[in-house]
Amino acid sequence: MTQPSTIQTTVQDVISALKDKPGALLPILHGIQDALGYIPSDSVPSIAQALNLSRAEVHGVMSFYHYFRSTPPGQHIVQVCRAESCQAMGSEALEQHVKTRLGIDYHETSADGKFTLEPVYCLGNCACSPAITINNDVYGRVTSAEFTNLIDGLEKSL
Amino acid sequence: MSFIVYVPSDSGAISLGANNIADQLVTEAIQRNIDVTIIRNGSRGMYWLEPMVEVATPTGRVAYGPVKSSDVSSLFEADFLNAGDHSLALGVTEEIPYLKNQQRLTFARVGITNPISLDDYLAHEGYQGLKNALTMNPADIVAAVTDSGLRGRGGAAFPTGIKWNTVLNTPAEQKYIICNADEGDSGTFSDRMIMENDPFVLIEGMTIAGLAVGATQGYIYLRVEYPHAHRALNTALQLANQHNYLGDNILGSGQQFQLEVRLGAGAYVCGEETSLMESLEGKRGLVRFKPPLPAISGLFGKPTVVNNVISLASVPIILDKGGEFYRDYGMGRSRGTLPLQLAGNLKHTGLVEVAFGLSLRELLYDFGGGSATGKPIKAVQVGGPLGAFLPEEQFDTPLDYEAFAALWAVLGHGGVVAFDETTNMATMAKYSMEFCAIESCGKCTPCRIGSTRGHELIDSIMQGQDLDKNIPLLRSLCDTLLNGSLCALGGMTPYPVLSALNHFPEDFGVKP
Repeated sequence: MTQPSTIQTTVQDVISALKDKPGALLPILHGIQDALGYIPSDSVPSIAQALNLSRAEVHGVMSFYHYFRSTPPGQHIVQVCRAESCQAMGSEALEQHVKTRLGIDYHETSADGKFTLEPVYCLGNCACSPAITINNDVYGRVTSAEFTNLIDGLEKSL
Repeated sequence: MSFIVYVPSDSGAISLGANNIADQLVTEAIQRNIDVTIIRNGSRGMYWLEPMVEVATPTGRVAYGPVKSSDVSSLFEADFLNAGDHSLALGVTEEIPYLKNQQRLTFARVGITNPISLDDYLAHEGYQGLKNALTMNPADIVAAVTDSGLRGRGGAAFPTGIKWNTVLNTPAEQKYIICNADEGDSGTFSDRMIMENDPFVLIEGMTIAGLAVGATQGYIYLRVEYPHAHRALNTALQLANQHNYLGDNILGSGQQFQLEVRLGAGAYVCGEETSLMESLEGKRGLVRFKPPLPAISGLFGKPTVVNNVISLASVPIILDKGGEFYRDYGMGRSRGTLPLQLAGNLKHTGLVEVAFGLSLRELLYDFGGGSATGKPIKAVQVGGPLGAFLPEEQFDTPLDYEAFAALWAVLGHGGVVAFDETTNMATMAKYSMEFCAIESCGKCTPCRIGSTRGHELIDSIMQGQDLDKNIPLLRSLCDTLLNGSLCALGGMTPYPVLSALNHFPEDFGVKP
């Protein structure tokens, strides 16, 4: 668990490094999420102050974009593509399998904190549908059996 | 002597195991005491053959694929390094009909070069366009692009030269070039392929755009779902800066152009240009009312060129070979080539760059090889999630902006997703409404609320409830979305919904 003081230092470092860029808010939010895995709600006032914005404006931007999260994710983030090309190649069955295997629905984190499941609308891997990502690694033409293998492998390494 | 073996670094190839194959080739070569150099090239775009390994031979590169881990040993046994025969042998890469029958202009280098090697880029006619542009005055650069007939490849097909001309003629202290790399349209991946497999061509195109309109700062607004493209672009940007292809004094000309990649954050609507600019300014990606046009008052209120990746990546060859060279490809008012993306239920999925004018049927069957499942193709969706579904009767339509518009369909960004006969088109229509509801920026009521009501309505229709009342209601709702939304998200969601209803009424429980 990251200590609160370390979190504050990280947030301040990111803000100082990026606040003078034109349109700095998204780069700052990315910077914080890259460093911590999420954007703690109590970093909002610091960001707002540095950019001369209201807290409502910062919160509004954070909540507009699907990618930004205000709570810590599980150790592994699994994304399943729900878009048309993957649907045409059986992603619906894969989605069901993924949910059953992980025991969670979209936007949920497993009780043991190992996995977070998110839908994604296109990974640009449409020529290799259905596609998923696990922690930024993209996998194509994924079958239910392959998904189980991938998750089994991760669970062993945890 | 060292053998040269190419293994793609494209994320699609990696998603099928290319990194493992590259590692295994190295290990196996060491064990056999053979000197092999692995080059991570781009993908040729024949994804059913990925991971596709190529070997340099005196008669050109020969290909093997799709290579699985279990094939690596047998490739060595078959002496693939000397083009030996093997069950995965595909012959000389350039002779594979899928590639040979294309006209690759924008994708000329893709799959051939190492994407992040500036030397490779220069050795394959890279930066010739910029060198020409540096000797021309801005109006002549714009004229070359106008002459080429290039139209926005992002989907709207607006003439690129006219847009540039407006920015050129709008006086301002600061102007911007924005590359819209928020390729959110499902079924499309040509932008991703350019950025991962030939990032310098995009950088060169943007630099030329800067010279043409007098802009000194450029931004590539890249979707966060493309981490591989992000790395490739940043590496290429660093090299271009180091070697003065970007920066304060481009190739000693005294001209300057700075370029930076900015990441989106998973909002589809930010592919809409005004919403994209709001996002770049650090705000919620709410669509702006037009006018003013971005060309007059765009990013931070300054004149701004916003072009799609493929549009900008097509500029270097136009400046290298001339507007006429590019214009000689194509048909009618659709000039040049379009990189099409074959996706979904097709045997041969991948990237096909051809001149406009080929028929959809030729694309689906001659290139695509028919459905992957072997069942008849029921419908194809062309142009992303906001594109219409086309039934079999319309497959003879030529790939041309105007021919598609006449059918109340769009070519869009050139994505083609095929569905076989097991697909229920009412389900697809329902998904279109759901997608619109998830991605709506919320500014226009028809899009924000209408999409949710549309999703519920199609659900009721699929359960057979009050069809006499609900079908006209769905049509009326679509009419409101079409006419009451500022941008294409709300304004075009009716395309897939109504085309599904019109061409496949039986899936909605309606007698044809």
